[in-house]
Amino acid sequence: MATLPAVGVAIPDPRPAARRRPATLARFVRKNPLGAAGGVLMLVLVVAALFADVFATHNPVRTSSRVLVAPGGEFWLGSDNLGRDLYSRVVHGSRISLAVGLASTLLGAVVGGLVGLLSGYVGGKTDLIAQRLMDVMQALPILVLALVLAAALGPSLTNTIVAISVVIAPRAARVVRASVLSIREFAYVESARALGVGHLRIAFRHILPNTFGPFVVLVTAQLGGAILVEAALSFLGLGIPEPYPSWGRMLSIAAAEYAQKAPWLVIYPGLAISLAVFGTNLLGDALRDTLDPRLRGS
Amino acid sequence: MRAYVCQRLLIAGVTLLGMSLLLFVLMRLAPGNITDVIFESAGYVDEADRHRLEAELGVDRPVIVQYTRWLADLGRGDLGKSYRYDLPAWEVIRPRLPVTVELAVLSLVFSVLLGVPTGVISAVRRGRPLDYALRVLSLAGLSMPSFWLGMIVILLLVRSLGLIPSMTYVSPFDDLRANLFQFLLPALAVGYRSSALIMRITRSAMLEVLREDYIRTAWAKGQREGSVVWRHALKNASLPVVTLIGIEFAFLIGGLVVTETVFNLPGVARYLVDAIQFRDYPIVQNLAMLIAVVVVLANLAVDLLYSWLDPRITYGGA
Repeated sequence: MATLPAVGVAIPDPRPAARRRPATLARFVRKNPLGAAGGVLMLVLVVAALFADVFATHNPVRTSSRVLVAPGGEFWLGSDNLGRDLYSRVVHGSRISLAVGLASTLLGAVVGGLVGLLSGYVGGKTDLIAQRLMDVMQALPILVLALVLAAALGPSLTNTIVAISVVIAPRAARVVRASVLSIREFAYVESARALGVGHLRIAFRHILPNTFGPFVVLVTAQLGGAILVEAALSFLGLGIPEPYPSWGRMLSIAAAEYAQKAPWLVIYPGLAISLAVFGTNLLGDALRDTLDPRLRGS
Repeated sequence: MRAYVCQRLLIAGVTLLGMSLLLFVLMRLAPGNITDVIFESAGYVDEADRHRLEAELGVDRPVIVQYTRWLADLGRGDLGKSYRYDLPAWEVIRPRLPVTVELAVLSLVFSVLLGVPTGVISAVRRGRPLDYALRVLSLAGLSMPSFWLGMIVILLLVRSLGLIPSMTYVSPFDDLRANLFQFLLPALAVGYRSSALIMRITRSAMLEVLREDYIRTAWAKGQREGSVVWRHALKNASLPVVTLIGIEFAFLIGGLVVTETVFNLPGVARYLVDAIQFRDYPIVQNLAMLIAVVVVLANLAVDLLYSWLDPRITYGGA
């Protein structure tokens, strides 16, 4: 006669361990190999930026008489028209790209997100005015608006960050507003209101945290865009001024002049920009699939 | 429908008015007024000359007067004067328009030709290696700065084939082949980048439509794959794609700015960059306004096209 398992004895779970307790990172990698590749690229970018001094072999701004030396030997990726080591400049350039990209994206996303929260939650006239303002700011292509802003403010590190964040803000406002509009109608918000919770508390404690998913997706997606805009502005001489080693700046007209004689000056900084942006785009896509249930499976 | 059109027109008008205010304020923020810039390059400052010039330009008038006068000028189609060329701005812009229009149209054509088929194939082969490959390829396009792509293409051409695209503009009416040769690469560089967005929206729209009952019916009737996918599914999936192409247009103009500079094409977008670099602010203000008008009109056209394409959408309450 089969005995029933004694009370207190754990009944073995028929599901395999990995399924019962999903290791989220491992699962993310398996389900999103492209996203994981993007994550690795981002990691390389962050590590390069944090430890640029360790990885660089030369001072990125010190000039020397050995100009336009081909890659190999002392200069791994060659030297530029002022005899600076291209490899060290590309490594240090990751700092500029990442710092400007992150700072402008976060600034724009936070300011835009607050506008979106306000206009979505308050509604009515406030919403209408905020909406029209966003329309205005999106009536110019990203790069054109950033160009005009950068021109008005003058080229500097801070101004570049401000110019790019202004361009990002309306996009963040749109995303946050859309999710606030749907969250506002949920029963739990109504019950909070019935309990007498104040508007500010409802907006910031009950609604804002639930917009986090789309917000993260937006920040990742805009980060790549911000890096590209910085590169374009610096390329046109309206972004990061010398002597900061900005990737866009390295590709600038001066480099184009030496393109035939020293193609490495064109190839490597551009490759660095493309890989960094590629990483954010891959990761952003995967995050969107994971965090935004409406898009799941598409 | 009529009310809807009126409402959209009103919104477009308000948007452009807001844009004019924004641009006007921004250009006043820029360091120094236009007389400083002109006299700076001249190298000496004669106060009397300077006041005469300020009066001629109207920059000594109150800001409100300057703004309304600018709007009135724009309304009459007067785009002001280019200080750099000492010509009416319109005379500088007019010969440049065909260059930008040709480049924009070619780029748009390329981005649709590249984006729609790859999006459809990617959706049909979803989760397969081909899907992954196409998605990576399109995302790579989105990740490369179009100006860098242009530089690399020129570099490759010169290195491997010894070909150098003409550095001066050739009109299509003078020499069509040389003209196309000149425009092909920049248009491909911009179009490849833009195609990524079209590819993604096509893919997700197709995935949605392919799940519908009528598609299953089409399969059940024994229709061939080509007919199901390209005739039945793509037709209904094309709506979001059409909308995107309108939004894309703005994105594309942004791409032209740097591409025209790299390929040395004398277009309007290049003129904007030149004007910024030479601090020809009245021109920057007017060109940016011109671009905004084009973008707003393009979006308006797409909205109206949308309601015409999809009879299910009514705008009674909107």
